[in-house]
Amino acid sequence: MLRPSIDSPAAYAPRSVGAWAWMPDSLSRIASDRSDGAFRRLFEEFGPQIRHYMMRYGADAATAEELAQETLLAVWRKAAQYSAAKGTPATWMFSIARNLRIDRLRRETCWQELSDDVAEGTPSEDTPPDDAASERQRQARVQAVLAALPEDQRAVVTAAFVDGLSHHDISARLSLPLGTVKSRLRLAYQKVRAALEDLK
Amino acid sequence: MSTPIRRHPDSATLMSFAAGALAEPLAAVCSVHLSMCAECREELRDMELVGAALLGSTPATGKVAAPVTPPEPVVVERASNDRGDVVDALPAPIATRYGLTLDQIPWKRLAPGVWQHRLALSPGAQGELYFIKLAPGCRLPLHGHTGVELTVVLTGAFVDAFGEYRRGDMQDIDNSIEHQPVGDAEQGCICLVAAEGPYLLKG
Repeated sequence: MLRPSIDSPAAYAPRSVGAWAWMPDSLSRIASDRSDGAFRRLFEEFGPQIRHYMMRYGADAATAEELAQETLLAVWRKAAQYSAAKGTPATWMFSIARNLRIDRLRRETCWQELSDDVAEGTPSEDTPPDDAASERQRQARVQAVLAALPEDQRAVVTAAFVDGLSHHDISARLSLPLGTVKSRLRLAYQKVRAALEDLK
Repeated sequence: MSTPIRRHPDSATLMSFAAGALAEPLAAVCSVHLSMCAECREELRDMELVGAALLGSTPATGKVAAPVTPPEPVVVERASNDRGDVVDALPAPIATRYGLTLDQIPWKRLAPGVWQHRLALSPGAQGELYFIKLAPGCRLPLHGHTGVELTVVLTGAFVDAFGEYRRGDMQDIDNSIEHQPVGDAEQGCICLVAAEGPYLLKG
């Protein structure tokens, strides 16, 4: 079984203004522009990050590169279909990378839908689609919450999202009781939720 | 036809589902609940923003080679809405993966009024995933758990010390809990259950 590598979670302090702040614009540009330049820029900006994400889960460099390419090709090829109503482009890219990781690295059935599929099935039940500006705002708020998260909560959230560790594995890795792992995840989510409350 | 769903997964469970960090059977039960619960789908979207932000802030360097020629865009053809809208139908996520409908489940009798059908998981996946059927008024033996147990109700209802669970409701309990679900007096129930570890039977 693949074992995630062990690095310091502190290395993942989210940048409030990072490459991904650029992203919503870039993806909508790709959708309309579709130039070779836009294509190369997509790989330059996000390729290394997705490769790193795959390697955190134990992929060797070649496999991680392959999965990063596959993620970005999917983003590129489906960009024309993308609409901001389906979530932020960053969320969309994350869901593609996450699902590939479950499918290829864990070799398990992936029960998570891509974020664009989730909104597709039940338009009438879900909340009305936000516009692109509001989606960007939501992403910025979440980034701010993560940047301000106390170190103990950030370590747990990072272990789940970046390293893909179960509650049990986080508890073992960080030497925390299982209940503490869960309560820190809950606390972090409560902050995210509170930060987005007025944008609903 | 749709009664409101009142019982939801622990947000720590949903966070790990969003992260792609839940064991396969636990993720399966979450996805069935999500297919029936708009409220949790909305929470999941917020949680995926967390994943997006963290993925974007990895300290990555180097280059990933791009193919020389950008591929043509595709228009993905979507199957028409196959989300289960019909009451008592097996929700789409599980029906699609296993090619089953509720009345096709090959039940195995465990005890009077109690049936089970185990679902195959990927090789190497941890835990168990199964349907359980309780006849009206029948109860599971009192049991504890060696890990998390997630249950989502597909038809009917069950009652235990925590109250009543109906279609779409999800129970999310861990190894500190012992319980003894009883099938609804009129309809009994069919549930999808994921367990991280084996049962610990009491008595």
